[in-house]
Amino acid sequence: MASTTEVASRPTSERRPQKSSTFSRWDHKYSPYLYIAPFFLVFIITGLFPIIYTGYIAMQDWDIVRNTGTFTGFANFTFVLQDPMFWKALRNTFSIFLISSVPQILLAMFIAAMLDYNLRARTFWRMGVLLPYIVAPVAVALIFSNLFDDRYGLVNSVLEHLGMTPIGWHSEVIPSHIAIATMVNFRWTGYNTLILLAAMQAIPRELYEAAAIDGAGGLRRYISVSVPQLRPTLIFVIITSTIGGLQIFDEPRMYDNTGLGGANQQWLTITLYLYNQGWGKFDFGRASAAAWILFLIIIIFVLINLYLTRRLVADDNSRRK
Amino acid sequence: MAKVRIPTASRRPGWPIYTVLCVVLLIGLFPFYWTFLIGSGDQSTFARFDALDIDSWIPAGNFASNVQTVLQNSAVGYWRSLGNSLIVSITVSITTVLLATLAGFAFAKLRFRASEKLLIFVIATMAVPVQLGVVPLYIVFFKLGMVGNLSSVIIPGLVSAFGVFWMTQYIRQALPDELIEAARVDGCNTLRTFWSIVLPAARPAAAMLALFTFIASWTNFFWPYITLGNSDNKTLPVALQVLSANYFVDFSIVMTGVLMSTIPLIILFIVAGKQLVSGIMQGAVKG
Repeated sequence: MASTTEVASRPTSERRPQKSSTFSRWDHKYSPYLYIAPFFLVFIITGLFPIIYTGYIAMQDWDIVRNTGTFTGFANFTFVLQDPMFWKALRNTFSIFLISSVPQILLAMFIAAMLDYNLRARTFWRMGVLLPYIVAPVAVALIFSNLFDDRYGLVNSVLEHLGMTPIGWHSEVIPSHIAIATMVNFRWTGYNTLILLAAMQAIPRELYEAAAIDGAGGLRRYISVSVPQLRPTLIFVIITSTIGGLQIFDEPRMYDNTGLGGANQQWLTITLYLYNQGWGKFDFGRASAAAWILFLIIIIFVLINLYLTRRLVADDNSRRK
Repeated sequence: MAKVRIPTASRRPGWPIYTVLCVVLLIGLFPFYWTFLIGSGDQSTFARFDALDIDSWIPAGNFASNVQTVLQNSAVGYWRSLGNSLIVSITVSITTVLLATLAGFAFAKLRFRASEKLLIFVIATMAVPVQLGVVPLYIVFFKLGMVGNLSSVIIPGLVSAFGVFWMTQYIRQALPDELIEAARVDGCNTLRTFWSIVLPAARPAAAMLALFTFIASWTNFFWPYITLGNSDNKTLPVALQVLSANYFVDFSIVMTGVLMSTIPLIILFIVAGKQLVSGIMQGAVKG
């Protein structure tokens, strides 16, 4: 098909060069906008407009049947900020985020260092660590909710055999956070391992050789050569896991069959709170207010992250001098 | 003088490294085995499980009948949900690759005003959480009568900021400017240049983008749960939520459902796992 149009269009364009060059100039000037337009169109419809509209709904007492609201100012925001459930959700979100991201990054650094060796069948090992990534969070949550079952779960069964008291993985606050963080770690550790591995392999080998000649041992080389060189990648991993971690929904939603975050909101998270305000109680105004608060928290967190990591980099540079 | 042991890339590691890696792999594989173990039992298997009893670790023979139970559940609608997941994930992957490559081509190779600023804007949108727009998006789709319709899940996924960024990066470094110039001199319009030169050259990156988009769409839950949760048109994760709500006490059925919803991606992983690995690793170096 393409070749026929080519043959057909060539002679005409040679016969009328004037017209074709006008088209060509127009084409090169304006068509780029046409090509990027689909992204912006989709973003405006499903991103930008809803964000602004969320701000509008957050100021309303929204009537879900009539699909309109009455203006109530910041009432929804004050309700959310005075709701003890929201503060529990905030606490849980941070706690789950910390318990999942810190061990996950340390583990990923460790496994990446193993994979950085000149392994036999290295593609096999790399694929192996990535396997959990293909399991949907909903499925991961169901599997681990079973493993961490308070009464019959494998984890408690093993603990009992070891002579320890079983733990209330669902009924207690911190244990439920550990269980949910384990789900996140199961799915994402391998993924982040590969990102860090790629960054490790980009480190010039001469740096290690120089360190070895200076008498640095294996661990020392890892801490003084690998870790500083990995810093930009680490910043990237930390920021993406912050944005993702603070939005966590699937795992806490599926940790039991009610989706309310536990009898005492042990594992209620902000997004789960938002969902339950919106589609449990059908209060769209409060759900929107919660969405905006979540957005602000994420922005603040990303900024703090950037500031801290930048400072660490700066410190490191001055020390090296 | 003591010999300095220089760590070169060519040195083969000893067995301790392989042992540690084996442990890591087994931890990753264990939940799969556990899911099958429980899924092949009956209602009481889970409660009777004893870690010290060898027999507990051997799968029973109920998997096929559990699969039947899942297939017969009309609220779950396995085949329909599978079909829906395929429709959504394939559509979204194709449109994302096409539209992202088109935009990536413009950002990487065509000169136009404010292109740098617009690209930064695209990247910045990645930090905006989905939750922020979810209420109005629902209201709009509800007004249009599209709640419960697959299009409500497809439309927000037509193209992604990540995709545009990814393709821009790739086209920028993989496609020489001279090639685009040559096409222009030859009288190709930009759309033809895109179709006959850029798209074929961008194939490796486009394939990876398609893979990641497919997986992200297949495993997506939050928004599909909101818009499809109460309809007959579910995607597999949403159907899994319904299954677990129905059978919460019978873990053998729930775990069977977990496996049934994961098998398509396991197949994908067997076929394209290598590309996934290199995709993540390339993205890391560039990003």
